[in-house]
Amino acid sequence: MAKATRTAADLKIGERGVICCFSDQEMSLKLLEMGCLPGSEIELSSKAPFGDPICIKVLGYSLSMRLEEAATINLM
Amino acid sequence: MGARNILKIALLGNPNSGKSSLFNHLTGLNQKIGNFPGVTVDKKIGLSKINQTLVAEIIDLPGTYSLYPKSLDEQIVFDFLNSPNDAHYPDFLVVVVDVSNLKRNLLLFTQARDLGFPVILALNMLDIAKRAGTNIDIETLKKELGVPVVSINARNGDGVDLLKTAISCPVHNAPDSFLNFKEFAPELIQEIKEKFSIKNNYLALQIAHRYKEVESLSENDKKLIEELKIKHGFDSVLLQSKETVSRYEVIHEILSKVEKKGNTAERERLSYKIDKVLTHKIGGYLIFFLLLFLMFQAVFAWAALPMNLIDSGIAGINDWLKNTLPEGPLVDLLTDGLIAGLGGILIFIPQIAILFAFIAILEESGYMSRVMFLMDKIMRQFGLNGRSVVPLISSVACAVPAIMATRNIDNLKERLVTIFVTPLMSCSARIPVFTVLIGLIVPKEYVVGIFNLQGLALMGLYLLGFLAAILSALVMSKLLKTKEKSYFIMEFPTYKMPRWKNVGITLVEKVKAFVFEAGKVILAISVVLWVLASYGPSNKMAIAEDKAVVESKQKNLPESEANNLIAARKLEYSYAGYFGRFIEPSIRPLGFDWKIGIALITSFAAREVFIGTMATIYSVGDRSDDSETVMEKMREEINPETGKPMYSIAVAFSLLIFYVFAMQCMSTLAVVYRETKGWKWPALQFAYMTLLAYVSSFIVYQLLS
Repeated sequence: MAKATRTAADLKIGERGVICCFSDQEMSLKLLEMGCLPGSEIELSSKAPFGDPICIKVLGYSLSMRLEEAATINLM
Repeated sequence: MGARNILKIALLGNPNSGKSSLFNHLTGLNQKIGNFPGVTVDKKIGLSKINQTLVAEIIDLPGTYSLYPKSLDEQIVFDFLNSPNDAHYPDFLVVVVDVSNLKRNLLLFTQARDLGFPVILALNMLDIAKRAGTNIDIETLKKELGVPVVSINARNGDGVDLLKTAISCPVHNAPDSFLNFKEFAPELIQEIKEKFSIKNNYLALQIAHRYKEVESLSENDKKLIEELKIKHGFDSVLLQSKETVSRYEVIHEILSKVEKKGNTAERERLSYKIDKVLTHKIGGYLIFFLLLFLMFQAVFAWAALPMNLIDSGIAGINDWLKNTLPEGPLVDLLTDGLIAGLGGILIFIPQIAILFAFIAILEESGYMSRVMFLMDKIMRQFGLNGRSVVPLISSVACAVPAIMATRNIDNLKERLVTIFVTPLMSCSARIPVFTVLIGLIVPKEYVVGIFNLQGLALMGLYLLGFLAAILSALVMSKLLKTKEKSYFIMEFPTYKMPRWKNVGITLVEKVKAFVFEAGKVILAISVVLWVLASYGPSNKMAIAEDKAVVESKQKNLPESEANNLIAARKLEYSYAGYFGRFIEPSIRPLGFDWKIGIALITSFAAREVFIGTMATIYSVGDRSDDSETVMEKMREEINPETGKPMYSIAVAFSLLIFYVFAMQCMSTLAVVYRETKGWKWPALQFAYMTLLAYVSSFIVYQLLS
């Protein structure tokens, strides 16, 4: 399973991960401003009824995003 | 600050930081909203008495996470802070930060500070955080940040006095910036500073990033910066990301000295538990639907009593005036024109207040962002965005602030589609029309004991508007092509009890805006209409009157019927009658006569004018002394061709459908023009909605009659 990079979109509910880098630079600007910094820990806290968007915990608050956006957050 | 006598202060902060509550505490009801109101959409300005001798003008800016705009709302903040010639350009800033998320909130603070503004930092909700064990060493924070720091509670107003004291004391300018500009294209910054005689490093850097959107720059300037950028190999995306990371490093370092994090999990856990229920697969939608249902029931059922009181009050005043004052055209103008028109405005205050109260509570509590979360996937199927839900829901109150609320949608295509379909949602201005027509044809009965049948009919009309909106969105998103990415990165605020003061202020503001903005139009139109309906070209009206007198004598009609015939004939030959009959052929297939035609014409200014127009038309035609409500007058109206009531099921439904779809609001067209910067979209919208209304009404009338 270790072939492709794991992203925030691969997290299961309650699972944690540490941000390593971003695959979409434009998108990363917004994510950085919202506190998704490389090296910080995130946790998937819930998913919307159709599995998308998702809600993650970062910097001690809840941030929602779509799966495709979460997929640009690479985890360590 | 110089010799200016009024201090100008701008409030800056993240969304949900408590900025608007602080604004309400500082200014009370003493606020002015540019153009039309929207919760935190437009520039809100208010006056605040700081002490015995000092008054400050406070500007509440839209909530933003960063000074690099990612949405139009944030663009407003960026533009505002970069326009020193603006009449409201602030002398200094108060940055409001929510202590529960100090780190992220401080990002904006360091940016604002680096722009060179004197800043006061307002720590919001420190008292709540303290209870959870969080502690902040304010003295050290002051030293580290180099600005005055005040602890406030924007919910109950604690600490606002201290903030005022801080405002009245001279603000020191700390020399250092948080960013080490040597690492951020120093040569480029230097050249921009020299070329445009800018003193501030960070402003120069921001211009290098955002020059394309800076309005004060000419085309030549922009070309110049473009060349400079290439010359110095300026990578905007890379440097912005580096800047954010380096700012967070500085903040992290400062906070490690001053902040002792307590156990904040309690509040989060509660929010998390509530979320489990409110964003549940099935339960979430069920609750949302129930809330909407409750809202419409309330609009109909709870508003009935105050509406009846207002209605009979107005009728009473009119009767009294008619009986006491001598008869004459001026008294008629006062009673049938002015007061009847005024009553038409006042009567909707209860419904509008209830609607706005619901929306304000949903926004205040933090529930609205859960609704966006729930709806995003579904809305995307229709080419919309989860954020489109707020404009769509707000537009059940009024499309104007709703269209302004689309600024939060950062994707241009999704924003355009949302703007285009928003007016199809039934706004409060349609309520009068719906109320009266539903009242005419739907019995006032309860089904299953609790469901008001008329309320159900009203909800049906709202659903129809909603369906039309999302189906139109689907069609439109297929027609529009764009490659722009759409974002849905959004903070979930923790649930809070709504601040009733905020709800109250929003309510008063909205009702005031309705009474004064819409009221002006309605009142003016009522008076013009009264004149048009009371006078006619040359002696046509007199001739018609004479003929009617002869006719009623020939038919041997009783006096009351004769009077009605005479009045009706006179109206037919008045100016208004000519207008109505001019368009009658085109609306006849929809079941409308020339009287409805007059109302249709006037309601292109604003829908709610319909009832006022009807009231004026039927009052003019009414010789009897007893003032009846519009609805009763409409119920008694007889179709001269069939001899049956004019407002049959077919006509009333056709008219209802017309009002659901038609674009009859000048203010909406004006705001769409402003938001899309051109006449293309308002013109398309007008054509599309009018056509949709005409065709649907035609089908409904032909099927039912």
